[in-house]
Amino acid sequence: MEELLNIFIKSMFIDNMVFAYFLGMCSYLAVSKTVDTATGLGIAVIFVLGITVPVNYLIENYMLKKGALEWLLGETAKDIDLSFLGFIMFIAVIASMVQLVEMIVEKFAPTLYASLGIFLPLIAVNCAILGGALFMQEREYTSIGEASVFGLGSGLGWFLAIVGIAAIREKIRYSNVPAPLRGLGITFIATGLMGIAFMSFMGIKL
Amino acid sequence: MSTKNLKLITNPLNIDNPITIQVLGICSALAVTVKLEPAVVMSISVLFVMAFANVIISLLRNTIPSRIRIIVQLVIIASLVILVDQVLKAFAYDVSKQLSVFVGLIITNCIIMGRLEAFALGNKPWPSFLDGVGNSAGYGMILILVAFIRELFGSGSVWGFQVIPEGFYEFGYANNGLMILPPMALIVVGIVIWVQRARTRELIEA
Repeated sequence: MEELLNIFIKSMFIDNMVFAYFLGMCSYLAVSKTVDTATGLGIAVIFVLGITVPVNYLIENYMLKKGALEWLLGETAKDIDLSFLGFIMFIAVIASMVQLVEMIVEKFAPTLYASLGIFLPLIAVNCAILGGALFMQEREYTSIGEASVFGLGSGLGWFLAIVGIAAIREKIRYSNVPAPLRGLGITFIATGLMGIAFMSFMGIKL
Repeated sequence: MSTKNLKLITNPLNIDNPITIQVLGICSALAVTVKLEPAVVMSISVLFVMAFANVIISLLRNTIPSRIRIIVQLVIIASLVILVDQVLKAFAYDVSKQLSVFVGLIITNCIIMGRLEAFALGNKPWPSFLDGVGNSAGYGMILILVAFIRELFGSGSVWGFQVIPEGFYEFGYANNGLMILPPMALIVVGIVIWVQRARTRELIEA
């Protein structure tokens, strides 16, 4: 239990997707003009990361890893190593999961669907989602519980980051920013400063 | 080479730069710029993937049904990225370790998807190839510039060689440790955008 909590806090604050690894920056910059839309996209990302990371964990451990197919094919499969197929499998899972989530949300929560709008399908090409799967692979989590907690934590971290920058951008609109810095430039610098603030979590030893 | 084709290469280097103007492909651009070497390797990988993905999609542009084009594009990009990843692992293992998940993340690099959608789907193979080369050169240019600044001030070296003389350190010069941390990549890119927009006034956002 303690281990799970550590992973959760770590993935949310210390290894924050945006501030430590710059993942999902494209949509982070494009959709952070107002807090409302930012919240919508943030929730969708938590949702999709929370689902795809554990699913990709299962695929990685029961299909792709060296000897992972043993449960299906018996002794003969001991030397089969499909890990080079990782990228294609992960992106296919993500694309189909996003499609599935979209259909489920449309059927059972039409109001949420209407408010998320175009953001749901766009998540398929958000690098934070594929990044989550690849980090899961690289850090070698030992159980599906750890993988799901990592996915949820990273999603929440991303949510915090995008809502934070959206609030700052709403305020900044009324400030006197030098003309060439307006818009994109100042957003980069503000994100950098937020990142420096988040670095203070690095001292936490878990 | 006609002027129209030449423009395909020169525009992305300046007034239509993928990173500072189109705001695409930021994620990977920021994360690999601590040192010059991984930045250059990353730029070459993106150049390869983007140029060939553009050509392949351009050749197939009349046969792909538009409803499933995203999946087709993702599969083509993912196959090219697997190729790059395997080559890097075989011939430049150290750099491939440094780049870690970011080679895989070329798949969801929005520049590649963006150029496929915006250009390769509607143009002949040769202009598409030039467009791919131009855009990845524009991307690489910013990457190398940021990496040069960060390595020079952060580690006092260029491409791993010490360039700031020992004597400086004896007089009390110190490397700027902040430059190595992730947030400074954002701030350096912010300043690059600032300089570029101050020089070309028509790029300023209202």
